[in-house]
Amino acid sequence: MQEKLMHADTSALDLVLSADPALMEIVRLSLLVSLGAVVAAAVIGFPLGAVIALTRYPGREASIVVLNALMGLPPVVVGLAVYLLLSRSGPLGTWGLLFTPAAMVIAQTILVTPIIAALARQTIEDLWTEYREELAAMNVGPIGRVATLLWDARFSLLTALLAGFGRAAAEVGAVIIVGGNIDGFTRTMTTAIALETSKGDLPLAIGLGMVLIAIVIIVNALAWGVRRAGERLAG
Amino acid sequence: MTMRAPDSDLPIVLEDVRYGVRDLIIIDGMSLMLTPGAPTVLIGPNGSGKTTLLRLMMGLIEPTSGRVTWGGRTHVPPARRAIVFQRPVMLRRSVAANIHYALAAAGIGRHQHAERARDLLEQAGLSALAERPARRLSGGEQQRLALARGLARDPQVLFLDEPTASLDPAATKAIEDVVRAVSARGIKVVMSTHDLGEARRLAGDIVFIHRGRVIESAPAAEFFAHPKTDDARRFVAGELLV
Ligand SMILES: Nc1ncnc2c1ncn2[C@@H]1O[C@H](COP(=O)(O)OP(=O)(O)O)[C@@H](O)[C@H]1O
Ligand SMILES: [Mg+2]
Repeated sequence: MQEKLMHADTSALDLVLSADPALMEIVRLSLLVSLGAVVAAAVIGFPLGAVIALTRYPGREASIVVLNALMGLPPVVVGLAVYLLLSRSGPLGTWGLLFTPAAMVIAQTILVTPIIAALARQTIEDLWTEYREELAAMNVGPIGRVATLLWDARFSLLTALLAGFGRAAAEVGAVIIVGGNIDGFTRTMTTAIALETSKGDLPLAIGLGMVLIAIVIIVNALAWGVRRAGERLAG
Repeated sequence: MTMRAPDSDLPIVLEDVRYGVRDLIIIDGMSLMLTPGAPTVLIGPNGSGKTTLLRLMMGLIEPTSGRVTWGGRTHVPPARRAIVFQRPVMLRRSVAANIHYALAAAGIGRHQHAERARDLLEQAGLSALAERPARRLSGGEQQRLALARGLARDPQVLFLDEPTASLDPAATKAIEDVVRAVSARGIKVVMSTHDLGEARRLAGDIVFIHRGRVIESAPAAEFFAHPKTDDARRFVAGELLV
């Protein structure tokens, strides 16, 4: 057993270092799906967060609680919901998206949007509390106010994007349900690890695990760098 | 055909202005007129309503009753007025970028920004700090930056809320020098302080307020030589008013 694991380790490292084509394809698809989801989630989440932060409406407090709660959505439940929507007999079944990368992007967008929207809401609201009177005194109009808040919050907002990406890249529950883990088409790092481990093909699983951890470390290093840059430039 | 005078924010007139938050009455029926000329200094103990009065005159809050007019008009946006808050908010940008922001907010054309920013920084004594993050400045430097930002819009009226509270003598002098220079250029300065020495040094007129009311309003020399009310006499004598 010990020996088998050791062997799996070295061949996993070989796979990574030799940039094995099958492994690279899985990594590429994973990154594309998660990046796509983060972009879509940013397009929805930033304006949503800004609107909740800057407007007053009945039920606002409740919507903030719900939004914060949605940050912890279980990926398998999101996967199931998107599966039901996109399945043949589902409301969007005619789009024919089930078991495609597009379905995976949709599911991850649903997972990531609350994270980005909730973090953006908090950041923008805190900054607004601080800036409100000063901007009013400078006679800055509504559009100028939003632009100022977004610009001055840019480092925190970037951190929110990275948090969203980290969540998307690491989850398995949603993509495995709506993607189906089809070899060469919808197989991501996380789904491949789940499958290969259960099949007993440890080298590929471990190799992908190493790549995934490297990506998570890089994302966190970027987030750290962004924070430091923000402190240095903006104080 | 008559020539229409250019719109001016002066005089600023308060007519029986009250301001309250829920049950709490903060400004309790003030009538005042601020005209062009030497600085008007609002004095009064902590909590007497100086900051609230400045916010009303700046147009940041609306009276609960009564009205405020600027050059005879109500609801005039603060295009020609500026305020330096007691604790000014520094935008998360460099010192120079804070000035550029204020110039843009004042609608001043981009081609003028570089030169105007240089003048304003110079006037505030901040030229050497232009590229620093504004939030890293000392208290006195932040006040001067806020002052420069306020002057960026070339205001007719400049409000200052206890601009030298918690500053050391050197930093206080730097601020007071700018205030004097600004006033000499014809900008109407309206500032609050609870420092009587500062009021004596800068004021043309004194408005003494206490518990949300104007107790006395008079030329500074007259106010300090012959305070008319008991409260003013005690305040000038340095007694604690509560
Ligand atoms: N938004 C507010 N809500 C409740 N109380 C307030 C508010 N603004 C001011 N006050 C109260 O009104 C009084 C006058 O405040 P302020 O105008 O800041 O006085 P000053 O500047 O002379 O110290 C204080 O007792 C203060 O606590
Ligand atoms: Mg005050």
